[in-house]
Parts: sequence; C-alpha cells; structure tokens
Amino acid sequence: MSNAKQVDPAKAAELFIIHDQIHEPMHDRFLWGTMQRRDAEAAAIPEWEELREIASKIKEHTLTHLDHYLEEFEANATKRGAHVHWALDAAEHNEIVHSILKDHGVKEMIKSKSMLQEECHMTPFLENRGIKVIESDLGERIQQLDGQPPSHIVFPAIHKTRKDVAQLFARTVGTDPNNDDPHLLTEVIRNNARPRFLATGAGMTGGNFAIAETGTFMVCTNEGNADIGASVPPLHIASIGIEKLIPRVEDMGVFLRLLARSAEGSPLTQYSSHFSGPRKGGELHIVLVDNGRSRRLGMADFWHSLKCIRCGACMNTCPVYRRSGGLSYGATYSGPIGVILDPTFDEFKYSELPFHSTLCGSCSDVCPVKIDISDQILKWRRVMAERGYLPLVKRMSFAVAGHVLGHPEEYHAMEKVAAPAMDYAPHFLLYNRSLNPWGRSRELPQIAKQTFRDWYLANRSEHADDEQ
Amino acid sequence: MQTTNSSRETILGAIRNSLPKDKVEHPRIPHFQRSGERLKTEFERHLQEAGGVAHDVATVAEAEARLMTLHPGAKVICSAVPEIAGTRRAEDRDPHEFADVDVGIVRALFGVAESGAVWLTQEDLVVDALAFLSQHLIVLLDPEQIVSDMHEAYRRVRLDETAFGCFMMGPSATADVEATLVHGAQGARSLNLFFLPPAQMPVVPASTKTSRPEPGA
Amino acid sequence: MTTQTEATNQSTISKDTRIALFIPCYIDMMFPEVGIATLQLLERFGLNVSYPLNQTCCGQPMANSGDEANAAPAELLFVENFKEFDFIIGPAGSCVKQVRCHFDVIDQTDDVKHVRQRTYELVEFLHDILNVDSFPWAEFHHSVAIHNSCSSIRGLGIAKPSEIMGVPFDKTADLLSKVKGLVLTPVDRPDDCCGFGGTFCVTDEAVSARMGLEKAHDHLRHGVEYVVSPDMSCLMHQQGIAQRSGLDLKYIHVAQVLNGGPF
Repeated sequence: MSNAKQVDPAKAAELFIIHDQIHEPMHDRFLWGTMQRRDAEAAAIPEWEELREIASKIKEHTLTHLDHYLEEFEANATKRGAHVHWALDAAEHNEIVHSILKDHGVKEMIKSKSMLQEECHMTPFLENRGIKVIESDLGERIQQLDGQPPSHIVFPAIHKTRKDVAQLFARTVGTDPNNDDPHLLTEVIRNNARPRFLATGAGMTGGNFAIAETGTFMVCTNEGNADIGASVPPLHIASIGIEKLIPRVEDMGVFLRLLARSAEGSPLTQYSSHFSGPRKGGELHIVLVDNGRSRRLGMADFWHSLKCIRCGACMNTCPVYRRSGGLSYGATYSGPIGVILDPTFDEFKYSELPFHSTLCGSCSDVCPVKIDISDQILKWRRVMAERGYLPLVKRMSFAVAGHVLGHPEEYHAMEKVAAPAMDYAPHFLLYNRSLNPWGRSRELPQIAKQTFRDWYLANRSEHADDEQ
Repeated sequence: MQTTNSSRETILGAIRNSLPKDKVEHPRIPHFQRSGERLKTEFERHLQEAGGVAHDVATVAEAEARLMTLHPGAKVICSAVPEIAGTRRAEDRDPHEFADVDVGIVRALFGVAESGAVWLTQEDLVVDALAFLSQHLIVLLDPEQIVSDMHEAYRRVRLDETAFGCFMMGPSATADVEATLVHGAQGARSLNLFFLPPAQMPVVPASTKTSRPEPGA
Repeated sequence: MTTQTEATNQSTISKDTRIALFIPCYIDMMFPEVGIATLQLLERFGLNVSYPLNQTCCGQPMANSGDEANAAPAELLFVENFKEFDFIIGPAGSCVKQVRCHFDVIDQTDDVKHVRQRTYELVEFLHDILNVDSFPWAEFHHSVAIHNSCSSIRGLGIAKPSEIMGVPFDKTADLLSKVKGLVLTPVDRPDDCCGFGGTFCVTDEAVSARMGLEKAHDHLRHGVEYVVSPDMSCLMHQQGIAQRSGLDLKYIHVAQVLNGGPF
C-alpha cells in the first residue's frame, strides 16, 4: 500500500455543494435527466431485465475462462495483422506506448477517451518524454485544458457550466469569454482538432469490447473522434483492459443494446466501430493491460466488478455522486463503480470511499451487467474496518455501543435514567456528538418521556412477568 | 517491436491462479419477440431521434436533385457509390486527401430499425476516413435491407471479412457542454439517408445481397 | 443479497402462532408512539403478540459501517431474544433488512437462519402474510406522499425500484389506499434516497443534508401535507431538515396511519 494521503470525499463534496448555488444543482439535474432518458429507453425494451441477466452471465463466463479467451483474441488479432502487446501494469503500458511512438518518430499524438489510459496516467508520462498528447473528445479536451482529470467516465466535464467552459477556452484557446453558446464552444474544438488530426503520426483509442472469436475490438463514441484518429494517421494504438473480452460476435448484440441506453438513454452511441486488424495502409497496435485486474479476479468478494462495461449508469443514478461531483472521489474512477474499484489500487488512500454512500442500492439495480455494487460497497467497509481504517470517533463509540447493545441489563439501565439516555443516545445514533454534524442542518429528535418498553410494561403487564 | 513475452506469461499465469473456481456457462441468447411496427417506419423514427433525416427517393435523378437541394454550396462531393457521380470518385488513396470533402456519399449494406443505425464497412467506404472527415454525409440504403435489432444485425455482419465496420447512427454529436446536444463535434455535421435500392448495373456486385444468409426469422 | 422468505398464507396464522414485536432502539427511545401503533394494529387482527423485553438493537449502526466485530454481540442477542418465535415483526425496513440480509457474518446456526427467515417488516407482513383488505377503523383526510425507504424497496422488495423494468407495485400504497380519506400524492423522485443512510447522515453531513432538503422540496412542490414511511429513521432525518428550514411538512409512520393513531 502506498503512503499516499487518504482522500476525503465527504469534505470535497461539501466544498462542491457550498461553492455556489449553481454547480451542484445543475450537476444533479443533468444526471437525473440522463437517468430519466435511460429509464424510458430501458422500458421500451420488453426483454430488458433478461438482457441484463444474459450480459451478466456472458461476462461471468468470459471471466471464468479469461486465459482462454485472451489467447484466442491474441491469435485472431495477430492473424488479422495487428501487433498485440501485453502490459503487466501501468508503467509497462506507458513504456510500450512510448516505444511505439518513438519508433515512428511521433512528436504529437491525438487520442480519444480511454479510462484505462487515465488509470495508467499515460499523458503525463508521455509529455515528460517530449510527446505532446491531445485529447479529442470535447469533454476530455475541456478537462485537459483545465488541468483536471475527467469527473465522469462518460461525461468528463459534466460538473462545469457553459460559463466555466467559455472562460476556460478564452484563457487557453483565445475565444470570446462572453460567448458561452455550446454550439460555438463545440465548433472551437472541432476546428482546433482538425489540423492536429491531419498532422499527427498516431491516433490512440481505448476499446469498449474485444471479441475473441474474430480478434476485433470495438470503440463507441458520439463525436466520431476515435474514428478520425483511427482512420487518418498511419498508426493506431489501442489500450484494452484484459477484462474487456467477450467470446463471440453474437454476444455484441446483447451488450450494444444495453450500453448506450444505460449510459445516456439512447439506443446506441452515434458511432460503434469495429476494428479487425489495421486499416488499409495503416499499422495497428493493441496493448492488453492487466494493472491489477488478474489480482482482482482472485478476490472472491470483488471479482464481479470486472464485469463493468463503463456505462456510468451507476454514477447517474447515485444520489451521493450527483451531489458530490466526480472530482470529490479523488480517483480515476468515481461514483459507485469507483468506490469498489479504487480500493483495489490502494486500500489506504481510498479507505474513505466505501463510506461515501448511503447503500441505497440503486447502483446494483441499474447496472446493465448486474454487478452487486451496493453489496460490494458494504464488503469494502468490512475490509476497511478490519484494517482499522474506520475514523477514530466511529471506532471508539462502536466499541462502547457494541458492548452495551449486547448486554440488555446495561442498556436498559442507561435507558431508564432520562439524563444519561439523552447523553447516550447521540453516541449510538449520532456517533460523534461533539462535532454535532447532525445538528448543523437538522433539528435533533426529542427523546420521549416514556420509552416504548416502559409503556409496554405499564400497559401490557400480563406479558411483562418476565421482566428483569 | 519489443517483445513482452514474459509479461504475457506472467499475466496469463496470474489469471490462471486467480480464476474463480465455479465456472459459469455461456448463456443462450434467445430470439426475442419483435414489435409489430413496420421496420422502415421504426428505422426512420429512430434515425430522426439520432439527428439524421431519411428521404424517400424514387429514382437516381431524384436523389441527385435532393442532394443539390440539401447541399447547394458543396464544392467537393466525394462519391463511393456507382449511382451518383459527385464531383470526385472515392478512390483508394491516402486518407489525408479526404480532408476537403464537403459531402461524402456512401451506401450502407443494411440498417437497424431499433436505432436508426446503418452498417458501413471499409469496403463500402473505400477509405474509412471518407465517413469521418466529410463535413456532411449522404447514405444510400435499400429499404428492404433493414433488420429489426442488434441481435439480427450481428448475425449479419462479417467481422472476419473486413478490417473496419461501423454502426453509424446519425451525425456526429456531443453533449459535453451543459448536457446540451450539439451535432458535428468531430465527424459529419449532418447525415441524410436516401432510401434507394442499388441500381441494377453489372458493376454492382450482386454478392453483397445474395451471399449473406438472411437473418433468422 | 436478499434472502427470499417462503410464502405463507393466512391460514398458517392462528392464536397459537408465536409472534414477536421487534421495536428498534431509536423507536423505543424517540418514537414510542410508532411501537404502540404497531402493537395495537397487530392486536386488531387477533394476533397474540409478545414483546421480548431483553431486546436492544439489531446491530445495524456497526454492521452498516463494516464493523462486524462490534455488531456481533447485538446480533447474537437479537437471535437469542427472537429464536422461539414464528414471526418477528418490526416497523422499520432498514432494521429488518439488517436482520434478513446482513446477519451473514455471524455463525449461521439453525437459530440464526430461522430468525433471518422469519423477520418481517410490518408492511410486507400485513400485505403478504395477513393479506389485509381493509382498515375500517382508520381515517386520514390528508394529502400523503409515501417515502418507502431504500432498504424497504431495494432490500426487502416492498415496491418496484424505478431502475428495474417491469410492472410497478407498491405494497405500502396498496395498504394506504384502503384508508378512508387518504389521498396518495405522486412526487418527482419517489424512490431517490433521502440521504439518511445510517452513519452516513453524520459522516457525510453536507451531502446528506442536501439530499434531505431536496426531498422536502419535492414534497412541498406537490402539495404534500404528510410524508408517510415504513421507516422512521428516514423520517427522523427528513423531519429534522424540514424543521430546521421552517418547511411545513409532517412526518409519521405508516403504522400510525393504518392503526388510526396514536399521532
């Protein structure tokens, strides 16, 4: 485990909320709207729940035979003319990419969105070695220009207002700070990216799915930016996590029916592109990346998280994420899926994330591949408690409460005396009364004059003969 | 290129050590019941929702006239279809040469009713970049070649026969600024689809229609 | 994972059926009227209801935080108190979910399995086991919004979550619709979490409070007078928020409405 500082999502979320009365309500409203569209699209598919079950089973089948499907994919992709590389971790992924780019004399590379490349922190690695990296997805480009990671895996800049973007572009691209029309702002990046696409020696993409049967990988975008990057420069490099495998072409029907509906409430993304070998006259490199995935596969409680197809539906439905903003999670992956993925990279640094949830369970119900996200969040809390990562106040009051609640005579003795009960109640109900976070925004509930137990003893005395 | 053989073995070894003990069977994917809606109607509705526009054109001449109405100022019209000449034929050239295309014209092998997407391959596009560098796209589609959903669509595609294939659902789009929908983020700014069966010319290989099995009933 | 309880029909309930009342600690101490309403309501159906006097708490605050070591004494005591009963009924979805779904770390003895399987939330007991078709003694002439807690919806299945596709159902609504005068009022986000979340409401105070406030405004926008829930803990949080913000909303437990009081 690293020596990195623990991230504090509750504090960061508070700053997002109190920052102004604009950002958090807007963020919540947009993502809630996305959920409404998702619900409508899903409702239009009579077999929706059956599709989720099938998708879940295909992923579980693939993951329980992952070695086999990776070898099949590699053999078929190689046969089609792709160069297949294997990267044990982020460092090796970055080295491989760097060496390919260096061999081709590439000084500036343009890429589409890839959470895996974010996870590997590839851009700073390449830029430190003199290779300029340009994001071509609008949301990613906004975040890159602002020096921030994406805050959402599908809508990277969803936490920003159009004013934020206009001012950012004014600073970095030189546009009018007062023109915040999204059409204009989009056009700015289109015109900015086009000459780069034409000049660059390489385009990079991620991969949403890799099909073992044909050695094909798939990339889904709405902008067509991944396709320009793959079809114009002579070199195409794709980074693909080893969990992205699926066995057969036929399986894709299931996943593509679920993916964009879950992600954004549309039947598909505008472009669902399938790459089987290099394009005519081009060169294709595929980097298969482990970076902790094989280890995760061996974690009995958590390997189902590898089923994730990165749709972001759990983030959109999550009431905590919607009020927090993705940057509050301080990690590559935010929202419910981030809560269960991030600790596999660093348990200590991300030990607070599992507590940044109400365990409402909506994430598990919305997940198109039926990952038991909410149950895994609770299981991560157990891990953190075992490691001693519970906040001190919670640890101490639980130790007291745990004892008293197991001993009815002590419990009722405390309850019987009004004043100690008042004193005691907040400790097991409200835990750290000294900080009084309950009372900052809420009135405290009143302690009743007579407990239910006392009422019962007074009114149902015929039952009360076993009183101690 | 550097070999990463040892990492390959390490990863596969780690996977084999970690594989969950209980194997899961690959599930059967059933044939789902279809809605009664006419495929062409459903396709048009979804294409429109995706930002594309479908046009019924009876003849090639009508298609050309519609093209001129839609894109009166277009200087470079690059055609990958035999029916419409455009100002330039799509030929197998360096993709950078397609950077000045105002309107690209391509034919899709089939469309998908549940999304309004069309299937385009490297062979249909001649050069992949035609589909993505063109400012605007015209897609020709035989109205008889519409499948119901993605299950049927994937029974029809031949990923083993092409290096590139794309389900394209309308024009390029983004909603990255305040969730506001904008068309023409990076790819085509507009997509107009003409319902037009392939011309019965000997140069059109009939194989695209006859050699592929029809999707299951 | 939710443990499915076996289907039981009305005929299995008789005078000899041993029924226990499970009154969660915070209800005992702060909302005794909810316990009284629950007991009186069950007695109206001629049931023989006992209240084991040694009960304390189901262990949820600790278990919910992952602290199984400190949860275990309360969980074991719960099993000890309730193992002799055929049905254990609690007016609190999240506490029942704790027993049914999360008593999974302690040793799974026959007693533990029995208690987990036989513990019911009040609404599901009335709806699924007693099949109640009327509450002739109850009248409530108010506009009511239902707040089914997340534990009740997604943990116990008393209503269809909006994320899951299929035919909508809501057992709480089914019961409340049988109360004379009561007007069920739909709101914009009926099953979006209110932000209570147990320890979450203090460890993540800002987010929790924001969620609760939006919940209250959703209710106000639709002209709701009373928010009614099978989970008093969510209401305790929402009520605290509404009072602090000076919002005119009232919060009561579903048992009080179905029993006709006490209020």
